[in-house]
Amino acid sequence: MSHDPHNHTAEGHHEIEMPHASMRDYVIGFVLSVILTAIPFWLVMTMPLSAAATGAIIMGFAVVQIVVHMIFFLHMTPKAEGGWSLTSLVFTIIVVGIMLAGSLWVMHHLNTNMMPMPHETTSQLP
Amino acid sequence: MSAKTITAADEPIRFYDLDEHAHPEGHSTMLGFWIYLMSDCLIFAILFACYAVLGGSYAAGPSPKDLFDLKLIALNTAMLLFSSITYGFAVLQMQQGKVRGVQLWLAVTGLFGLAFLGIELFEFHHLIEIGAGPQRSAFLSSFFTLVGTHGLHVTFGIIWLVTLMVQLSKHGLIAANKRRVMCLSMFWHFLDVVWIGVFTFVYLMGVLR
Repeated sequence: MSHDPHNHTAEGHHEIEMPHASMRDYVIGFVLSVILTAIPFWLVMTMPLSAAATGAIIMGFAVVQIVVHMIFFLHMTPKAEGGWSLTSLVFTIIVVGIMLAGSLWVMHHLNTNMMPMPHETTSQLP
Repeated sequence: MSAKTITAADEPIRFYDLDEHAHPEGHSTMLGFWIYLMSDCLIFAILFACYAVLGGSYAAGPSPKDLFDLKLIALNTAMLLFSSITYGFAVLQMQQGKVRGVQLWLAVTGLFGLAFLGIELFEFHHLIEIGAGPQRSAFLSSFFTLVGTHGLHVTFGIIWLVTLMVQLSKHGLIAANKRRVMCLSMFWHFLDVVWIGVFTFVYLMGVLR
C-alpha cells in the first residue's frame, strides 16, 4: 500500500468515495442468484441424485452464490478502501473457518468417546 | 513534511508520522461499517457452529424432515432476493439524484422485508403450536436461535429503512444521507448473504439428513 489513504478525500469535502453501482451489475447478480438458488431447491425437492451428492452440490452452490453477492451486490473489489475491506474479509473467513472446523472436530470426538448415558438408551426407543 | 520523505535516501528513516491529516466527516464510515459487518459475521458463525454441533440432537423429538416445508422456505428466499434487487434499484436512483425514486424503491424493499418476516413468523408460530418450540430439543433450540437472530437483524434493518425514509424526506439527498443509504445497502445485502447459509445449511441439508 504505497499511496496515502487520505488522498482521495482531499479534493472534495462532500464527495466521499463510494462504490459505483450499475444496473448491469445488479441484473447479472440477480439472475445468477435466482439460478443458484433454484437449482439447489429443485435438487432437494425432487431428489434426482443420491443424498451425499446432493449435499455436496448444494454446499458448492451456496459458496458460489455468496461470492456472487459479494461481487455484484456488495461491490467488493480488491481495491475497495485501499484493500482494507478485502483484508478484513479474509481475516474473518480465516477465523470463521478455524472456529467452524474446530467446533465440529472437537464436538464430534466428544460425542464418539462419550459413555452411553442411561437416559439416552431409553429415549431412543420409539 | 509528509510520509513521502521516507523514500529520500539522505534523510533518516521516520517511524512515526506526527503530522495531522485532514479527516473529512464520514471518510471512513464505509470501512468502519464493513468491519462491523465482519464482526456480525462472527456472531452468525458461532450460531452456525452451535447448530452444526447440536442440529442432530432431537431428544426423540421431531427431525428437520418432519418439520420443514421447503415450498415456504423457497417463497421466503424469493422475498429476500427480490428485496435485494429492489434495494439495488434504490441505490441506482440515488446515483441519478432522484429522491422520489430512492424512497419508492426503499418502500418496495421494506414491503418485501415485511413479507419475509411475516412468513418466518408464520413458520415459527406453526412450529411452536405443534409442540416443536425452542424448548423441545437441542436441535430446535439452536434452530430458533440461529434463524431468530437473522430475523431480528431483518427487523432492525426495516426499522432503519423507515428511519432513513424519514431522513430522506426531511433533508433530501445530502452527503450524510447518501452515506446512510450505502451503509444500509451493505447491511441488507449482508443479511441476504447470511440467509444463503441458512437456507442451504439449515433447511436443505436438514431435509437431506
